[in-house]
Order: sequence, then structure tokens, then C-alpha cells
Amino acid sequence: MPKQPTQETTAPIVIENPWERLRAFTDARIGLGRAGVSLPTKQLLAFQLAHAQAQDAVHCPLECEVLADELTQALGLSTAPLAVHSRAEDRAMYLQRPDYGRRLNEASRQTLQQAAESGQRFDLAVVIVDGLSALAVQQNSVPFLTALYDAFGRDKNEWQLAPLTLVEQGRVAIGDEVGALLNADAVLVMVGERPGLSSPDSLGLYMTWAPEVGLKDDRRNCISNVRPAGLAYEEAARRLLLLLTEARERKLSGVKLKDRSEDNVLEGGSGSTRNFLVAD
Amino acid sequence: MAQTYHTTVGSRRYRFSGLAELMAKATPPRSGDRLAGVMAESAEERVVAQMVLAELPLTTFLNDALIPYEQDEITRLIIDDHDAEAFAPLKHLTIGDFRNWLLSDHATSEALAAARPGITPEMAAAVSKLMRNQDLMLVAKKCHVTTAFRNTIGLPGRLSTRLQPNHPTDDVTGIAASILDGLLYGSGDAVIGINPATDNVAQSIKLMRLMDDVIQKYEIPTQSCVLTHVTNTLEAIEQGASVDLVFQSIGGTEATNRSFGFDLSTLAEAEAAAQTLNRGTVGRNVMYFETGQGSSLSADAHHGLDQQTCEARAYAVARKFNPLLVNTVVGFIGPEYLYDGKEITRAGLEDHFCGKLLGVPMGCDVCYTNHANADQNDMDNLLTLLGVAGCNFVMGIPGSDDIMLNYQTTSFHDALYARRVLGLKAAPEFEQWLAKMQIFQDVSTHRLNDQLPAAFTNSLRHLPKGSD
Repeated sequence: MPKQPTQETTAPIVIENPWERLRAFTDARIGLGRAGVSLPTKQLLAFQLAHAQAQDAVHCPLECEVLADELTQALGLSTAPLAVHSRAEDRAMYLQRPDYGRRLNEASRQTLQQAAESGQRFDLAVVIVDGLSALAVQQNSVPFLTALYDAFGRDKNEWQLAPLTLVEQGRVAIGDEVGALLNADAVLVMVGERPGLSSPDSLGLYMTWAPEVGLKDDRRNCISNVRPAGLAYEEAARRLLLLLTEARERKLSGVKLKDRSEDNVLEGGSGSTRNFLVAD
Repeated sequence: MAQTYHTTVGSRRYRFSGLAELMAKATPPRSGDRLAGVMAESAEERVVAQMVLAELPLTTFLNDALIPYEQDEITRLIIDDHDAEAFAPLKHLTIGDFRNWLLSDHATSEALAAARPGITPEMAAAVSKLMRNQDLMLVAKKCHVTTAFRNTIGLPGRLSTRLQPNHPTDDVTGIAASILDGLLYGSGDAVIGINPATDNVAQSIKLMRLMDDVIQKYEIPTQSCVLTHVTNTLEAIEQGASVDLVFQSIGGTEATNRSFGFDLSTLAEAEAAAQTLNRGTVGRNVMYFETGQGSSLSADAHHGLDQQTCEARAYAVARKFNPLLVNTVVGFIGPEYLYDGKEITRAGLEDHFCGKLLGVPMGCDVCYTNHANADQNDMDNLLTLLGVAGCNFVMGIPGSDDIMLNYQTTSFHDALYARRVLGLKAAPEFEQWLAKMQIFQDVSTHRLNDQLPAAFTNSLRHLPKGSD
């Protein structure tokens, strides 16, 4: 005999959240609904997929030559970027030995020493580092640097740039060694940040005045989350230029140089500055 | 004059040159100690080191400073603030006996609280190295550390949450949406705390105002915090901003903290400044600290110590400034320091135990990054174990996914799971508010309201255009 459908209850098993439409305003996983107090199966599996993709992103290598070509073309560079490598030979070593990721290997040191033979000083060295997301660097370097070079072009000060450098298996601090070898007064490190579930492509910017090997985080200023769905390239370039200008004036960087860009309150992406929770 | 320690096991003679080496080699394995080159070279050497450590008198740590007194202001803090009277009942014990005492029925909650000022971080770290996970949980559960600002955190049988509504561009609507989601899942009694996307004063003040408006409008018995540098918060206070709690990441050596851009005098100044605002209603704990194993090594400021000992020393810094909350962000630092779920779990239980033993209101960011060998199941395990151990608070974030900091921590759902399965409750003042606001149909059984509570329906009508 076929089973009769039970009909005693119309209450759903999964409770949807009436505020689910707020998801239009954020990538945060809000309004997921619940089974009891737990995640519904659909949401559970969506999370598992995102985690699997992020884990895979950590291990994807930087395509150095492709990026070098793109940069040369987009920025109209007269010489191709310098490609160098940290002391971490591969990703497995990179993940376990951050000290290796902070230093150049011997061949790379020589490459940079040769490039700096003339002894010329530069205002800034720009160093592109794969970090934990080659995807972030691959995708954001060209548009961000295009915006930054535009900003330099419009600035009242002149900016002498050292040769652009690409680093494989590198961490933020490796920029200090590069900047010192290239005789640069300041260094900008553009690094792939650790991939998040919703943002495998986030680029971080770190600026140090008077770079040298062995500096700590308190000497760096950071602008984070540069990517299409995060901080816009033009805004990131504008804020970086303000930081650089102040660093050059005061000859310092890090916690002593607060981020004081005139309009330094981020406006966010929703186009609203009003907090709907307290609107009357 | 570092003392050398010897022992023979079978035909093999082991030698440990100094207390720091003995401590490091007695530490359960983890990648950060391997990276630092201080880890035991074999499983046997580790247990031998534990056996030697177990025989040492607790007083050893008062006479043999792991980082010299002259070199480090945290060593000076530990030694100068040590309370000989509180230590008197313990001073005849070895580290091994200390473990026995902690587990014994002599060590009641009252006895443990009385002993706190006599226990140094190094003693706590040393004994933890001899303890199994169940020992760490059993003793921690006996250590009650209660603090208060607009509600009371850390009472037995309670598990609070930090509502963490981070947004990658600090978008007002995006943050407000996550706050609403969290409140409607019963989260936020420890603090509503935002990591700003950009670390500057004006941004911080904007976020402080956003949270303060929500807390005031809905009369929520909780507090807010923007996790910006302590010097930024000091400036915000000078500018008249609505500062409830002052945040700072802290480490266990002076050099670590210098690399973070502050020293102990900065924290003293900050605590005093926040207290003058008088914004707490039921208490005056105004500091929120975050810690985590590996930060000293990461700053090259570990003085050859193992990372867990450095971490325990950070709790000496914390307890000096009467924090409302101290949070070990255990899995955030990455696999170079804690390689996988097993190492993260062990570290979380150690940190919680050491903090509680020293009298610090310990919570834990049960978390991992995408480059670590860990997943949600590891987090479920650690969350449950910490709930059993009486952890003061955990994080709450939408769907476990921090879209600003790019890591995974416990979700609003996870906290409700832990409260349900372990019979834990929110902070009492907040629990009453959850009932009053009809966020739960029945707070005692953690049964949420299926409908949108009336107080929030009006707010949703004020969404920016284009939302429907």
C-alpha cells in the first residue's frame, strides 16, 4: 500500500530568513536560513565548494612571463620587468618557511645588483610579489599600475621609478631587500593576499620608506583588498600617492605615518552612507 | 649562567642547555617551533624533556628568567608584579606536582583564583606542556574569570560571541546588514567588533558611530569596538568619539610589541583614557586584546623561546590592563606556525587554559586559513572542546566566511549549535534582551523566532533604493 503523505504540519523544515534580500548589499553570507539552528544543506555545500576553490588557488603558480609582457605593453616600459625568485624553491617550502620567502636567492640578488650598477637613486621601487594568490597579482597588477602611473603623471612632484620587479614565492618583506638593492628611497610591494572564500583575488599594497633587510611591520603602511569587487584601482592609487608624498616629506613610514588622506573615510560600494538600522 | 639539565634514558644521555631549550623541547609538536629550530629532535627527546621539566621546582621560574630582566619590560612586569603571598601555598611544588594539584580537589575555583597573582606565565606554560587535552579543559573549567562593561561576560554556563560584521570596503549598508543578521541569530554579547578595511582615525570614528547608533537605538546591552591600532583609538578619544573598548594586538615580548608599534606605557595611557569616558553601565573593563601563538617568531622577537611560552607571556601583558576580552586568534597566523587541525586544536586549548589560569578573560577565535591543512570539521571539534572547557567567548560571523580578513571562523549558526549541544547561554543581560526583542521564541531552548521581530521590520523599509 502506498504511503500516505503526512499532512499534519505545514511548517517548513528549512526556515528562510526574511532579511535574505540584504544579500544585495554585501558578499557576506547573511540570511542563509536554518534547519533548526544549523546550516541548510544547500548553504553547507556552497561553502564547501568555495573552500575547495580557495585551497586550489593557493597552489596555482604565477605566470611570470605572461605578466611581464602585459605590463611592458600596458605601461609602455622601455625595458622588461626584472624577474626574480625568493629562497623558497617551491610552494611547499614557501608555506613552511616564511623566512625563505622574505629573502632573495643568490642569483636574484646578482640580477638586481647588476641592474643597479649605475648607482642611480630612485624615488620608488615597485615590486610585484605572488604571495598567497598568484591570481590576485595576475589579474590586478596591470589595471592598478595603470591607475598609479596616471596618478604619478598628474602629480606636481616628479617620481623617478626603479625598474619594475616581479618576485616568485615571495612575502611582503622581500620588497625591502629589492628596494635596497635598487637604491630606492621607498618601496611599494604589491602582493597576493591570502585567498578568502569570496575573494581569491585580493591584492595588498605595502609601502616602506628607506627599505632595508630586516625591517618589521611597524615600518610599513598597508592598503588592502584592491580588486574589482573591493577597493577600486583609482582610489587605491590616489591613497597610495598621498601616503608616498607624506612619507617623502617626513622621511618615514609605518605607524608614525598615519593614513591621513583628506577624504580618508571609505564610502563603500552600496552608494549609501546611511545606516538603515537606525533610520527613522 | 644558564643551568644545563641532564638525564639518561636507557643507554642514551640527554642534555638540555638551559631552561628555554628544555621548555621548547617539552612542547607538543608544531610547525612554528620547527621553523624556529627549537623543537625536540625526536619523540623520545620530547617526553624526556617533559620528564625533566616535571622535576623542576616552580620557583625555578622566579630565579631563571627566560628573557633577561634588563632586556625586556614584560619580564620586569612578570617579576615585579609577582605576589609571593599568593604563591606561598604552591612554592614547594615541582611542575609535575603543580599539575597534580591543579587537577586535584584542593584546587577549587576559589583556590585557583587566590593563586593567580602567584602564578607566572612561564609556570602556566610549563605545566601545560605536561597536560593532556582533557587536563587543559578540566582545569580551565574550574577557573572562572568574569568581566563587565554593559553586560557580564564569563559567568559559568555562559558562552558569549563577538559579532564580527567586517566588510572589505567598510560599506555602511554591508556592515549594518551583517550586524542585523548576527543580532537576529543571537550573536554579539561579547562585543560588536569591526576590523576596519583601512587603519586610520577618521575611518575608525565613522565605524564607532555606526555601531554606537545601533546599540543605542535598540538599547542593546553590549559594547562596540573598532580593531584599529591603540594610538588611533587614543586619537579618536581625543576627538570625542564614542569609544567603548580599546583594542590592541599584543605579544609576549617587548620586541614583539615594539614591532606592533606600542609599549606597556601606551596601553596604560589607553586604559586610563577609555575609563574617563565612563561608558560602561555594569563594569569598567575597557580593553580588548588579541593574541596568537607565532606572533613573536613572526616578528623575529622570540628570543629563542618556543611559541607557546611567548604566547603565555602575552597574558601577563593582558592581565595588567584589566581587559573585558582577550582573544587568541589561534588559526589565523597560518600553517608555518600551526600546521593543521590537530596543532590548531592543541594550541587553542593551551591558550585558553593558560589564560584562564592566569586570570585572563579568555575567548578564542576558532579559525583557519585557506593555506592551512584544516577544515570545518576541525573547527567543530575545537569549538565543542572550548565550550566544554568554559571558554568565555568565540567569534560569530555570517556563514563562517570573513570577507575582509579572508579566513574562516565560527558562524552565528555555530555558536547556537554549541549553546544547544552543551546547554550554554548568552550573557545574562543580553539573554534578557534577546527575549524582550522576540528574537527567540524561547531563549532557554535556543528556539529562534521564525518571523522577523517587530522592532526590525521598520528598519528593513529604510533600505537603500534598488534592493527589492
